[in-house]
Amino acid sequence: MAKITIPDVVRVESIAKKFILRKDDSLKERIVTFGRRGRQHREEFWALNDVDFSIQAGTTVGLIGHNGSGKSTLLKIMGGIITPTRGRVQTRGRIAALLELGAGFHPDLTGRENVFLNAALLGQSKAETEARFDEIVAFSGIGDFIDTQVKFYSSGMFVRLAFSVSIHAEPDILLVDEVLAVGDESFQRQCLDKIREFQEQGRTIILVTHGLAHVTEFCDRVVLLDHGKLVFDGDPNEGVTKFRDLLEERRLAQFSLSGEPELDTGYVHDVVVGSVQNGPSTNFTPGEDLRVAMRLEHPDGIRDWNVRLSLLNPQGITAISANTVSLDVTRKPLTGSHWVEFVFPGAQLGNGTFNLYLALDSGSTTLQVLPRAATITVAPIMGAGGLVFTRPKVRVSAGK
Amino acid sequence: MAATRRGSGASHESARRWSPVALERFRELEGATWSTRERRPGGLTLPLSSLRDVFAHREVLALLVRRDLKARYKDSVLGMFWVLAKPLVQLALYFVAIGLFLGASRGIPNFAIYIFTGLTIYGLFSEIVSGATQSVVSNGGLIKKVYIPREIFPIASTGSALINSGIQFGLLIVASLLSGAFNFAPQALYIIPSIMLILVYAVALGILLSAVNVYLRDMQYLIEVFLMIFMWASPIIYSWGMVAKILGPGILLEIYTDNPLTLAVLGMQQGFWHGDAPTDYPDLLWMRMGIAFIVGIVLLVVCQRTFSRLEGDFAQSL
Repeated sequence: MAKITIPDVVRVESIAKKFILRKDDSLKERIVTFGRRGRQHREEFWALNDVDFSIQAGTTVGLIGHNGSGKSTLLKIMGGIITPTRGRVQTRGRIAALLELGAGFHPDLTGRENVFLNAALLGQSKAETEARFDEIVAFSGIGDFIDTQVKFYSSGMFVRLAFSVSIHAEPDILLVDEVLAVGDESFQRQCLDKIREFQEQGRTIILVTHGLAHVTEFCDRVVLLDHGKLVFDGDPNEGVTKFRDLLEERRLAQFSLSGEPELDTGYVHDVVVGSVQNGPSTNFTPGEDLRVAMRLEHPDGIRDWNVRLSLLNPQGITAISANTVSLDVTRKPLTGSHWVEFVFPGAQLGNGTFNLYLALDSGSTTLQVLPRAATITVAPIMGAGGLVFTRPKVRVSAGK
Repeated sequence: MAATRRGSGASHESARRWSPVALERFRELEGATWSTRERRPGGLTLPLSSLRDVFAHREVLALLVRRDLKARYKDSVLGMFWVLAKPLVQLALYFVAIGLFLGASRGIPNFAIYIFTGLTIYGLFSEIVSGATQSVVSNGGLIKKVYIPREIFPIASTGSALINSGIQFGLLIVASLLSGAFNFAPQALYIIPSIMLILVYAVALGILLSAVNVYLRDMQYLIEVFLMIFMWASPIIYSWGMVAKILGPGILLEIYTDNPLTLAVLGMQQGFWHGDAPTDYPDLLWMRMGIAFIVGIVLLVVCQRTFSRLEGDFAQSL
């Protein structure tokens, strides 16, 4: 296939955005807190700080980051809704923003009137809207209610009509902010199909979402923001992994801030993870024998002791779990120092970070819980995803 | 489907098979011009680009005006005729209380037409200013979600104010002709600059206040107070001659007269209502109006520049 040049459609050039939060908002308060004291009444923070990137036509870009990382702000700057404090954004082609469905809808107007108004707000001429009107109504499934005032619509109808208008605005660039989560399942499927259709037509989609599954499924590229800075730009799977690591770090930071003891006191000491083949390591390759060992110590001795452990992914889904009681391990009453070792032969862990949860019980009482005793990172092999990895064998054969 | 649905890990750099539709789109985009979003320079440049931007969105503007009008009288039986209710009641009250009881009508023939002329032009001013002041805040939902030039909102509310006042103007013309108060003389031409004067000042104030109101919500209440003062500070219910008699010639009378609202009211009365004697009107009305108009245009530019300065932070302040 001949090489084709694909033009850039978005250029973000060292964008920075400062927000000023005021605590006073009436004339009286302004006058009272005028001048220097007024300064103290405001707080500023940088929602975006020197972000640079450009987007080629036809790509689907996922903008991800934790709450307050600046991703929605960036999207709004691209859409021209807010102006950057520094830097500039350039775009070409027609932009439609799906920021909040039905923002331009007026409750007292009929569905038909609102379609024309909203389409005009999205940059369509009256003639264009007229040409597509039947299609818009058909997609929304509103039917005869189109001539009813929208205040009598159910919330589902409202959203469907609004979505339908936006999607029929023939944008070259579509900005989407967390709107894929609306409507019932069949409508969601309709939306996702429409997005695929858009991709095929070479439209550019910029998606802000917390649904990381959508990101890996639809995006060609991920831009990860953290505290207003661009920290990753590239492959969606890598980006999502990186983002999960970031979320993990934040959780850990919060954890240690709360003063929870990690491994200093208690009965469990020296947790070691790794593989039988490669020795102790926090990196793990699927298929090796996973080894988890810990030293238990108790001065007085514990009867009926039980060690429970599980490996959880960042969403809290258990990948592996085991405990010594149900494994029927012969246990002597524990005094002094002992090593307990678990080996999981040929553990086929999928890629991502796993978190080791450990608990030590004596009879029915729990002596100690280590929710985050260790973490294991599994690098992706051949772009596999999911909780479990198995090396696939693919065979293609003729047949009916 | 296979071309766009990339499984995890598949190389994104691999030559993707684009559909003809996509290739056509890329070719078009290649030649498209860039539009830039950055902090607009304030300065004292002429607001030509803003004007072009608004003009490019004229269809939206028309739809917004229609939305305002439709939504306002939807579900009411009399509909648009409610526009006339307030000025007609005002007319009746002033005519009885001030004209008859206080005797202001004694020196003014056709007192009802006289009041209605002033009320009509003042009503246009007040409706534009108070509507525009609230326009940006009340369209906050739109401003936060969609990009259209923000000047559209005060301008659209000016548009609906013009249409509302148009009905009242129609009534005024009919009443003035029927009662024989209409001045079939060159002075009737004063009507045109009067309306222009009101438009320039009302739009300038409206644009400025709509932006300020985003940051200081007190504006919308404050302006109601000022509109009341403005009404009594122009010769709507009394005559300019009465003021001149009390103030006497001098700087105070000049200040009173050169208020653009006063000039517009006087100009309207010249057309719609037969003045008794020319002495009842200030001299050099044409020149005063001309100067006021030029000052108004400068004010309009300054207000638009201020708006442009302030609009960058609208979306986050609403």
